[in-house]
Amino acid sequence: MAIEAAVRKDKEAREPVIEVNNVATRFGEHIVHEDVDLTVLRGEIFALVGGSGSGKSTLLREMILLHTPDAGSIRIFGVDVAGLEEREAGELRPRFGVMFQQGGLFGSLTVCENVGLPLREHTSLDDETIDEIAAMKIALTGLGPEAAALFPSELSGGMLKRAALARALSLDPELLFLDEPTAGLDPVSAAGVDELVLNLRETYGLTVVMITHDLDLLWQVADRVAVLGEGRVQAVGSMKELSRDTHPAVRQFFEGPRGQGAAARAGEPD
Amino acid sequence: MKKVSVAPAALAQPTPSELALSGYWTALGTGALDRKTLEALRLPARAGLVVDGSGVAALDTVGARVLQNLVARLRGEGHSVEMRGWSERNVKLLALAEKHAVPAPPRVPEQGLFERVGRKTLEIGGHSIELLGFVGEAAAALAAGIARPSRIRWKPILFNIRTAGFDALPIVGLLSFLLGFVVAYQAGTQLRKYGADIFVADLVGLSMLREFAPLMTAIIVAGRSGSAYAAQIGTMSVTEEIDAMRTIGIVPMELLVLPKIIALVIALPLLTFFADVMGVYGGMIMASAQSGMSHGAFLERVTASVSATSFMLGIGKAPVFAGIIAVVGCFQGLRTRGGADAVGRQTTRSVVQSIFLVIVADSLFSVLFSLLDL
Repeated sequence: MAIEAAVRKDKEAREPVIEVNNVATRFGEHIVHEDVDLTVLRGEIFALVGGSGSGKSTLLREMILLHTPDAGSIRIFGVDVAGLEEREAGELRPRFGVMFQQGGLFGSLTVCENVGLPLREHTSLDDETIDEIAAMKIALTGLGPEAAALFPSELSGGMLKRAALARALSLDPELLFLDEPTAGLDPVSAAGVDELVLNLRETYGLTVVMITHDLDLLWQVADRVAVLGEGRVQAVGSMKELSRDTHPAVRQFFEGPRGQGAAARAGEPD
Repeated sequence: MKKVSVAPAALAQPTPSELALSGYWTALGTGALDRKTLEALRLPARAGLVVDGSGVAALDTVGARVLQNLVARLRGEGHSVEMRGWSERNVKLLALAEKHAVPAPPRVPEQGLFERVGRKTLEIGGHSIELLGFVGEAAAALAAGIARPSRIRWKPILFNIRTAGFDALPIVGLLSFLLGFVVAYQAGTQLRKYGADIFVADLVGLSMLREFAPLMTAIIVAGRSGSAYAAQIGTMSVTEEIDAMRTIGIVPMELLVLPKIIALVIALPLLTFFADVMGVYGGMIMASAQSGMSHGAFLERVTASVSATSFMLGIGKAPVFAGIIAVVGCFQGLRTRGGADAVGRQTTRSVVQSIFLVIVADSLFSVLFSLLDL
């Protein structure tokens, strides 16, 4: 029994959730991606890093069906997202949750209503149950119960991120996208996010794709990291592997006091 | 495409003291089990119940929450509940849902009619006082600007004259022309019954110059520029640009508000004059088409019947209207707090309020002019 379960788990773990093949993106004359290849496996925490303008955000937008690449293919759960019909896209969307960098919470709704909105749209649960589920998700992300009745404009930066995460998790997605989950947070809240992401993977078996510049988050949480630069993926691997990489675009991340400090905190002498 | 088949969550009762769960107890699968179905469950009183989870295909936190609610209710009714056949992961999820069982925030009770009327009245009173305060501030800034003209920002003034004045010429011209046209038509059909066609010119001239042109222009500009002022300043306050301006040492009143007021006070009378011309022109075209009155005869009647005072009274109202539109637009913009929907709300408010105040001011002018016998 135990062996069978372990084998099944292993097999599940190896199944690719996202496959990006030869993706190219241009905005007019400006080339963002020349040839990007990536695979994200089920259950892993995958991070995209790269300097400003390296096309991380564009790649994320392509993965969440907000932008179509000019060439190449992107498969999410084995479904090619290029030329997807609205109905098919509608079936795909509830399977992933997105936490946007600025939160993207609706200003006219309270936090509780924001978190309950995907449930109201996609399920036939009654209002009372939805409110309870929303309150639970809000508690799961570490927000106090008093935050549920507030409007997004009344929240601090850290609370806003947590509320946005609660909404991304509202439908219990299999795949979670995080755009800069710790940007603009104080160190204590940022450490809370590290723990939260790990916890979520533990309890839900979530696959997480995140864009981040936070070296601590990368060292503590990410299983694999892809470094984007000059329109391609320059290197992919665990932080440990990348810290030995000699590619200049990769070195940038590890050199300098911040990179070394984060490595030291993670117990990895550089 | 690979389709996810989601078998709805189901609940069977093989024996009276046993609940067998099956299907997808997930966000998308639990919809079939609403509160009513669960409440309709008939169970033996105060018995030992078994909840069997071996048939559950998938569980997530939504399903866990729904299930925990059910279990909590059964326990509350005095049953003892045993969970059986749950996988390790699902036990963890159930524990998670139990740990984070938080009551939903209370819904804000709907306010009664009287409460709403009362609150609204207080709100309007508060706004009026704030608006007066803002007028005072703007006047003080204007006085300071006149005392030291080098502090007045000419570039934004010129820019605003162009956008609020020059760019509005086509729409103001077209609408005034049509208004003159319509007035002449309506007056013409009535006056012809008395053989008094010639008085169409008097009517069009006086009504356009004294009332219609200033009012029409003010309303168009309120919708066109007043709303733009509120939206621009409102977005700037939401995105902290106004705060940034203050920190850098720029007074928002000097950079954002005064140039708009000054520009509109200059532009609106000019636009009104243009509207006068276009309105009379529209009337003239209609009069010649309807009763064959020659253009020369029409213009002669207009100059004979419309005194310089009438013309000046019409134009004289325009700067007052301009002040109202610019002040209300900027005031509502600066009061914006919150997000995108607040910007929309304040913009609407600025247009409604400025048109309302323009019409109130116009009627006060009428009373004043009749008292002064003008």
